[in-house]
Amino acid sequence: MADFIELAYLVAAVLFIVGLKRLASPATARNGNFLSAVGMLIAIVATLFDRQIVSFQWIVVGGMIGSALGLWMARAVKMTAMPQMVGILNGFGGGASQLVAAAVWHRLSQTGVLLPTDTAVSIYASTLIGGVTFSGSMIAAGKLQEIIPGRPVLFRFQHLLNLILLVAGAGMGAFLLISPGHPGLFIAMNVMALVLGVMLVIPIGGADMPVVICLLNSYSGLAAATTGFVIANHGLIISGALVGASGIILTQIMCRAMNRSFANVLFGGFGAQVGVAGDHRGLAARGIRETTAEDAALMLGYARSLIVAPGYGLAVAQAQHQVRNLADLLEKRGVTVKYAIHPVAGRMPGHMNVLLAEANVPYTQLYDLDDINPEFERTDVVLVVGANDVVNPAARNSPNSPIYGMPILDVDKARNVIVLKRSMNPGFAGIENELFYNEKTFMLFGDAKKSLTALASEVKEL
Amino acid sequence: MSEGLVILLVIFVLAMFVGFEVITKVPSTLHTPLMSGSNAISGITIIGSMVVAGMGATTLATVFGVIAVAFAMINVVGGYAVTDRMLQMFKRKPEAER
Repeated sequence: MADFIELAYLVAAVLFIVGLKRLASPATARNGNFLSAVGMLIAIVATLFDRQIVSFQWIVVGGMIGSALGLWMARAVKMTAMPQMVGILNGFGGGASQLVAAAVWHRLSQTGVLLPTDTAVSIYASTLIGGVTFSGSMIAAGKLQEIIPGRPVLFRFQHLLNLILLVAGAGMGAFLLISPGHPGLFIAMNVMALVLGVMLVIPIGGADMPVVICLLNSYSGLAAATTGFVIANHGLIISGALVGASGIILTQIMCRAMNRSFANVLFGGFGAQVGVAGDHRGLAARGIRETTAEDAALMLGYARSLIVAPGYGLAVAQAQHQVRNLADLLEKRGVTVKYAIHPVAGRMPGHMNVLLAEANVPYTQLYDLDDINPEFERTDVVLVVGANDVVNPAARNSPNSPIYGMPILDVDKARNVIVLKRSMNPGFAGIENELFYNEKTFMLFGDAKKSLTALASEVKEL
Repeated sequence: MSEGLVILLVIFVLAMFVGFEVITKVPSTLHTPLMSGSNAISGITIIGSMVVAGMGATTLATVFGVIAVAFAMINVVGGYAVTDRMLQMFKRKPEAER
């Protein structure tokens, strides 16, 4: 029977891998997710045959509560709130790992048998990683939901305190290895892990949350893997490693897209710094060209090609459907429409793609940075909606700019640029955008949703 | 270090490499569903949670186990359901207005 269960876990792991492989294309992705879920079901059913399990009622109670809550969350969540949702899910994964470690520790400490060293090390690792993942994710989700202020919370000796917490947590684990027992010490270690999770996330600003969510995603995988070490289960280790790897890759992608080192995101307290002022006067003297919906619609309606560059401002204005509507009208007039998606356009990796997919934009029109950048030169009009830093040519041209070196969408290379913007206020980082003063750029001020609706009705009139 | 732990470490490291290979092929369009879907996979902790909730060791261990089962199940069901909800929105051609 034990062999049968182990084989079932292997089947589950294979299904997870095949499922992830099928995420390589939007056409096969849904099927891949289904296969992955089947793998999970096989693993759960197989575990019910585990001989260590003597009663099922509590498993059923916990499982029903969890399933109901999970299903409700998945149904109710808005697509704009997806980063919080993923954050909360990460947290529950970490919390489960921490609880399993605590339960195993408690049971073994009652038997009076000395813990084998490798089990003990695994338990302490699971406690630390699981605890940090749980509390860190909840704080990150709170910041994203704006229950907790998004600005970085910084104070003196913060990093030193974090280091002390980490060393103390590990030190307690080491002490418990030599001198088993001491439930008080084990509880203190759990508390310390939770405090450390909070401390690691509060100094990070709201704009950096995409990186944090990716990192915590990775931790939730590592937490599952450490649980696998605690109960010596291969299935858990393989699955945890897969998720850990996924989180690490996404963290790297996000850091590269923001032109920041990993250490800088974790310790920088970015967003607390006041943006480097720079020389705005030279730019402002060049003046801007303001346009009306009527003129802009004319430009759009008689273009051959259009690229839309959306930013998070689009999602904030809830204007995805208006963009799609305008694009539909233009396509009927023979304009080719593409969407240029910067990796940090949304609030988590791929977020903007999901928001546009929700508005029924076909995924074949969504292009990432590397694919779309060579296209701008050949494009008649670019429509920038609610994006700022990710289209700022200063990232290429001004070595003094704080965003210098960040990969951007080269929208300034297109023949004409229309920027939809609320006002001339510089963005979150306080960096002036050269694009707005470019002679090819036309500014259409106002709420993105209203501007897009106005553009659509003007295009209809043409 | 026991032989058992070494084998577990070998499995862990090799699985990480498989993960890197597979995940780098996921296009950026699908990174959000990738995160929620891999999240559901990390709910595999449900296995460990079920064992500690059902082995009837100590009351405290059982309580921890039950909460762990609930947490992991939120992760599993919530993760797969929300991923499916997102993936069904990705379409090659726009469908007629609903």
